Amino acid sequence: MLEAKALACARGGETVLTGVDLTLAAGEMVAILGTNGAGKSTLLATLSGELPPSAGEVLLAGRPISAWPSQERARRLAVLPQSSSLAFGFSVEEVVAMGRLPHQEGLARDRKVIAEALHASDVTHLAKRSYLRLSGGEKQRVHLARVMAQIESGSGRSCLLLDEPTASLDLMHQQLILQRACDIAAAGGAVLVVLHDLNLAARYADRIMLLDQGRVSACGSPWQVLEADRIQQVFGVTVQVERHPLHDAPLIII
Amino acid sequence: MGSARRLSAVIMTLLLLLLVAGVLLSLALGAVAIPLGEIVQALVGILWPSDAEGGGSLIIEHIRLPRTLMGVLVGATLALTGAAMQGLFRNPLADPGLIGVSSGAALGAALAIVLGGIWLAGLPSFLLPYITVSGAFAGGLLATWLVYRLGQSVQGTSVASMLLAGIAIAAISGAVIGLLGYVADDAMLRILTFWNLGSLTNASYERVGVLAACCALVWWRLPRQAKALNALLLGESEARHLGFEVERVKRELILLTALGVGACVAAAGLIGFVGLVVPHLVRLMLGADHRQVIPASMLLGGALLLLADVAARMLIAPAELPLGILTAALGAPFFLVMLMRAQRHGGV
Repeated sequence: MLEAKALACARGGETVLTGVDLTLAAGEMVAILGTNGAGKSTLLATLSGELPPSAGEVLLAGRPISAWPSQERARRLAVLPQSSSLAFGFSVEEVVAMGRLPHQEGLARDRKVIAEALHASDVTHLAKRSYLRLSGGEKQRVHLARVMAQIESGSGRSCLLLDEPTASLDLMHQQLILQRACDIAAAGGAVLVVLHDLNLAARYADRIMLLDQGRVSACGSPWQVLEADRIQQVFGVTVQVERHPLHDAPLIII
Repeated sequence: MGSARRLSAVIMTLLLLLLVAGVLLSLALGAVAIPLGEIVQALVGILWPSDAEGGGSLIIEHIRLPRTLMGVLVGATLALTGAAMQGLFRNPLADPGLIGVSSGAALGAALAIVLGGIWLAGLPSFLLPYITVSGAFAGGLLATWLVYRLGQSVQGTSVASMLLAGIAIAAISGAVIGLLGYVADDAMLRILTFWNLGSLTNASYERVGVLAACCALVWWRLPRQAKALNALLLGESEARHLGFEVERVKRELILLTALGVGACVAAAGLIGFVGLVVPHLVRLMLGADHRQVIPASMLLGGALLLLADVAARMLIAPAELPLGILTAALGAPFFLVMLMRAQRHGGV
């Protein structure tokens, strides 16, 4: 679905990313981990076509991302930002409806998709409320509903990039957002998520890519990537890795 | 959704009626009050000329009708460009007057008229409005671009940098216009003072024609960006991810607002706060969706400017208050209240 080949990126003359290869297949959820400044956000911006790479290329469904007409691209690829600075009093429903802007499939279809997205993000009860009156967690869920309406999660041709979607959320909503992202992958979508919390990544991602100073330090299943030595080396923190008592996933104990 | 749509239809109808009322009042009231029957007669007489024209008809045809048309065009365009600018700057407090676009346009117009008058002395006078509009457009464009470059940040545009840029541009504009006063002759001086105050007194069909041509382009193109403006409010990269070509959209918005504001300033001088107050009132009634905010702002802007102009004519009759003073007196306190509320919400 989304593919990066020998990707390199520069920002302000400085090389931020080099030699990144990544294949994001339909139906899988990949997490990107790394320290602050490791190049996670730059990678996301490059993958979404916002930042042109200085070398290598990004392919969406086999076609260079820059070659896609912007509206068509928007129907296939959506990005959930870390936070949004919307300062105008749209209703929640209107914000979610913006996800339908790239589509021209008629009002009835829009309404159905919007209602489903509102429901999936658990914000149906807020639909008529002003966005400005929401809490941080509610706002983030509204934007999740917006990007879900944009890519129509069930269609199986869509790609969703999430940039630290859980940064400002409480425990319950962290789980909810990542569970929804998993559902999208399970329905055939491709999901890439930047995370800070190793345990959330271990629990939800099919694969993990660990970035270290602009290079891929490791890429593979959570068990392959999240080894105590490697975490010590990249993050500079001594940890112990155990098996999660409930899931087949590593549990990182600091 | 159904009831919301019905509500907005009702509000749009009411705004349209308000505009019609404004037009009729603007035609009827002034130094001489003209009854409705005579207004209708005069309007019919303009469309199908006949010999039997009364004094009222003459006043309508030569004074009040061009003035009313100019009022509608200026009010609607200022409100429209105000709404567009607030979307572009992602800040509900942006206004062409406050952020210096109008001052820039005034400076451009003043330079065009004074220097044009000196250098191109032999030029036929019917070209004068076009030269003025071109100067105003260029000045407005430069100012918009400057403010945009200065105020841009990831979180949208900070009011502080916007207003500071506005102060700087207004100061430069004031200084240069002041200097121009020394090289201008009496007729030019009158025009220059007129700009600083803002008024519809100089309305003529010639000016209305130039203004209407510019406004037509702005009215035709800007509303088509309503969806893009909605997306821009989410943030520039969000708009890009929603499939909008953000750079192109921004370029068009800047060009069109500069043209709209430039044409209004060239025609009627500095009339502030319309672009700030009108979209804000509309958002209170209809919400933030530009597909509604834009047409409603145009209706309300035209109506309010006409009513303000009627008041400017009536308050100290037979003398006339400059319209710009009236809109500033009403709009500036409104702006202060908005600023205080934004401050309380930590939003400045």
